[in-house]
Amino acid sequence: MPARTRRTLLGVLGVVVALIWVFPVYWMVNSSMLPNAQLQLLTPTFLPFGGSFDNFTQVFAGGTFLPALGMSVTVALITVVVCLLFAFLAALAISRFRFRGRTAFVLAILLVQMLPAEGLFIAQYKMMAGLGLLNTVIGVSVIYIASVVPFTIWMLRGFVAGIPADLEEAAMVDGLSRTQAFMRITFPLLAPGLVASGVYAFLQAWNEFTVALVLLPDNASATLPLWLRGFIQASASKAIDWGQVMAASTLVAVPVIIFFLFVQGRMTSGLVSGAVKG
Amino acid sequence: MAIDTLPATTPPRASGQLQRTDAPARRGRRRLTLTAWLLLVPSIVVLAAAMGYPLVWQIITSMQSFGLAQQFGKPAPFVGLENYAKLVTDPYMWTVVGRSVLFCLLTAAITMVVGVLMALLMKAVGRVVRVILQVSMLLAWAMPIVAAMTVWTWLFDWRRGVVNWLLTRMGLDFEGHNWLANPLSFFAVALIIVVWMSVPFVAFSIFAGLTQVPDEVLEAAQMDGASGWQRLRGIILPMVRPVIAIVMLLQIIWDLRVFTQIKMLQDRGSIASETNLLGTYIYQLGTGSSDFAMASAVSVFVLIITIALSWFYVRQMLKEGA
Repeated sequence: MPARTRRTLLGVLGVVVALIWVFPVYWMVNSSMLPNAQLQLLTPTFLPFGGSFDNFTQVFAGGTFLPALGMSVTVALITVVVCLLFAFLAALAISRFRFRGRTAFVLAILLVQMLPAEGLFIAQYKMMAGLGLLNTVIGVSVIYIASVVPFTIWMLRGFVAGIPADLEEAAMVDGLSRTQAFMRITFPLLAPGLVASGVYAFLQAWNEFTVALVLLPDNASATLPLWLRGFIQASASKAIDWGQVMAASTLVAVPVIIFFLFVQGRMTSGLVSGAVKG
Repeated sequence: MAIDTLPATTPPRASGQLQRTDAPARRGRRRLTLTAWLLLVPSIVVLAAAMGYPLVWQIITSMQSFGLAQQFGKPAPFVGLENYAKLVTDPYMWTVVGRSVLFCLLTAAITMVVGVLMALLMKAVGRVVRVILQVSMLLAWAMPIVAAMTVWTWLFDWRRGVVNWLLTRMGLDFEGHNWLANPLSFFAVALIIVVWMSVPFVAFSIFAGLTQVPDEVLEAAQMDGASGWQRLRGIILPMVRPVIAIVMLLQIIWDLRVFTQIKMLQDRGSIASETNLLGTYIYQLGTGSSDFAMASAVSVFVLIITIALSWFYVRQMLKEGA
């Protein structure tokens, strides 16, 4: 086969595969703009011509979106702030100090990071129930912080290690104290790392479903994932208004997609960095 | 890298040997160690509270007997490994374990094959098509899991789902077919969803590995008459093998713990006992039947498998970055 034909064929294949893969995302947005009556037709409508934002208006009018949004934002922000602070201190320790127990600590966080939520959530439920922290922001945030902090430490460690300690030392020779040198030299260089780790922590907390399902049984304290699940559940008895469900899903997905595009590169390299460098 | 035998939780301060010596160098080192551990304290405290305590509770509870009486506050009697013995002899537990392992391996295998093909495709096409592919993969990857699940249940909806419409149009009789009613097609749908979600990560990681393969080597091989397939098998795959190995391991670990996908598909009216995997089984034991002892025993079992599987990954990560 001539090279040109081959290239064209591969190009066509690439575009077809891309379209198939993105179709569910497209379908969500498309359906979110179509009235339910149209979604119930025998032949699907593939383009949202004549569509509207009525579904979104109705989702807002339902009155449950804003409380769930508030809950999700609160939990995610607490997780991000606390997690960044803790992880930053720990990353500093493991990349700037050679101390006894360092390897053991790194080993421990790598292992903890792999533990599945399903392996602990019943115990976490019992603990939070015992403390009276079910359905509270604190209860779920503590678990999120603990499950996100190991990977955040790991990610930040790379960034801190990437900044040569010589820079700090040079500044100290020039008369800055250790703290000053750190705040003026290292910290600004670290900012991109903090942003990337912060977005990672945010996404984890924003998307989390399993722990929230167990720790937030009350509808009034639902986070967005639980709220969204409630949509298909609540309408289980009657026919589901798919237009509304898709509008709700779009509302949950859009901020995530924006943030994700932002942080994606860092996450991939953090997970497999050693292997890629090979 | 210093070889170290101190357990993570023992502050080096407590080590008698260090306290006895007075050499200034030692003292400086000790202060450094102390500072380092102080920096770790917040992380350790939160991990101990949110993971450590539940873990210990779980191990203890897995050796107790929970019944109706315990729900009204009666202390649970200690029964040793009886729960584990019960688990090992419970045929349903083996069904769930078998199902989980099978689902995990099949899903991971398909994800890897599709992911590798996708990475090769990204490498083979021109820039414009590559960007189109990457954007599409990123969008799929970025979808929050719960939103992805609502979309997929809509796609597979028995009344007006696009999948049934398409298959019917292709001449098959899928009019009103309910995919989630039969356990086998239930898992087929779950598999498609999990593969769809997981492939982007695999494809991007392996694509990153592929870009490290030097073009000169490939050109040299081509000049020596190696065919495309030979170059793939003889040069490209061996060079990206470390990435493939680690990504596959992660897939296996992650696919063993699918919970959200199964739970949300079950929400649509499937019979839970026929579609449970380990995660949903623990959930059902703990929240449905309040059998915390058995739920804990299964959880401990899942944790042990995960740690065993993770060991290689952790070792690999330590080698490069600690």
